[in-house]
Amino acid sequence: MPNRALQLKILSALILCGAWQIAGLIPVSYAFPTFTETMGALFDMARSGVLFEAYAETLQPLVVGVVISAFIGIAVGLWVGLSNFFDWLFSPIFIVMQAAPLAALIPLLVLAYGIGLTSKVLVVCIMAMPVIVLNTSSAVRNTPESFKEMGRSFLAPKHSILLRIVIPAASPVIFAGLRLGVSAGFIGAILAELKITPTGVGDIITYSRSIADYPSMYAAIFSIILLAVLFLNLLEKTETVLFKGNQRGYVSD
Amino acid sequence: MAMSQIKEVTPLPVAESIESAVSVRNISKNYGAVEALRDLSLEFPKGQLTSLLGPSGCGKTTLLKIIAGLLEPTSGEVFVNGQPVASPGPDRAFVFQDFALLPWASVLKNVTFGLEMRGVGTSEREAIAEKYIKDVGLAGFEHSYPHELSGGMRQRVGLARALAVDADVLLMDEPFSAVDEQTRRKFQEDLLGLVQNENKTFIFVTHSIEEAVYVSDQIAILLPRPSRVSEVIRPSNFRDKGVDNIRRDPEYLDIVDNIWASLRSYVE
Repeated sequence: MPNRALQLKILSALILCGAWQIAGLIPVSYAFPTFTETMGALFDMARSGVLFEAYAETLQPLVVGVVISAFIGIAVGLWVGLSNFFDWLFSPIFIVMQAAPLAALIPLLVLAYGIGLTSKVLVVCIMAMPVIVLNTSSAVRNTPESFKEMGRSFLAPKHSILLRIVIPAASPVIFAGLRLGVSAGFIGAILAELKITPTGVGDIITYSRSIADYPSMYAAIFSIILLAVLFLNLLEKTETVLFKGNQRGYVSD
Repeated sequence: MAMSQIKEVTPLPVAESIESAVSVRNISKNYGAVEALRDLSLEFPKGQLTSLLGPSGCGKTTLLKIIAGLLEPTSGEVFVNGQPVASPGPDRAFVFQDFALLPWASVLKNVTFGLEMRGVGTSEREAIAEKYIKDVGLAGFEHSYPHELSGGMRQRVGLARALAVDADVLLMDEPFSAVDEQTRRKFQEDLLGLVQNENKTFIFVTHSIEEAVYVSDQIAILLPRPSRVSEVIRPSNFRDKGVDNIRRDPEYLDIVDNIWASLRSYVE
């Protein structure tokens, strides 16, 4: 019942917005605007074009960083998953990257790469890549042995085993990693704009806060969350289309 | 006592009169310090079904995977149609215990997998696959996904995939152990038909004594510690009496009893 799922999602969103509205009306804090105020600010910014200018700026490091993380992350993940040597060589780097307190390291990045696009892309990559690499490699390592044996016994060459068996079998976990990585990338993009130089959406957030225009500040935060949710849904649809039978889990389970 | 009874009804030399499709010579396989197989030799007559039967841990699946070329023996050789083999080849096809169907691929795509890897063109391989899907009784399910099928139907897909590549030797690793009892009986009857009609050699791993005696032309009993072929039994009289009469044939019942007598002490 896909309709029921959609209904529940809408209901959940309504409850959240309602709670927000009530919390804003009480108000829980002077700095916490109501939902309707925030939406009003969002439409004002959209109408004046400020919002779109900001996104033109923010999307650059975000898109570049996420694309680099996805491609390099999956490639390195496959590599690490298929070979013990590369596992030992690369895994520690990504585990350290994932655990590192990034906000504290940003000054070092700025020292090395300046305050331009490079540093921001790096922040997005450091946020997004480790989880993509680690998920991909563990998914590849856990390909059911009988799938690989099936490939070999039916004379599949090595590259066919990788493309036709290992990658599709790993795809649910790879996509889970992508989803986590992309969400982390969104956080990284905003973090970069708050910590390196205030541009784009980060600028709206910083500036609105400094002049106590809280509805605009929350509108900017709301818009980035909305964009992330929409993008994650798109990713999920892509997965469903690409690997149809996979949703029901493995036959051998 | 039990042994002599078997020998009465099964004159062993029969094996030598038929050409071997697969010969296994002096195979040993060690996993580190664990000896899975020791100096094992066995002949698999052409066009017949040979069962590898034994308690768990006797190395029967290991032997099957060595014949398939999926595992490398520590020493010894495998010959298929007189040629030594060390890797999977077009002369052998494998049916897996857990079916090993690709869950993201339709029945048709699963059955054509082997043909595709052999470079057969799309329309030709789909025609071949459709024929075998129909043969195993799954016509109409070509575009279903494995998760939409029952366990028995899934193994029929696995069987169709192995038949489609038209290999001389069919290697079956406990193919019916994951399906329910009634489906299993039907499979066993169908398998007898397959052995008669397809001119192929079957090597069949099972842990069920009844199943082995029911379907086999030759039963190799493997024992562990150290792993070896303890005896080869060739049931001779009940095969032509029809599928319905096999299970109450005195020879069938005797062989089942005798095999159990010799395996009993190895089962914990």
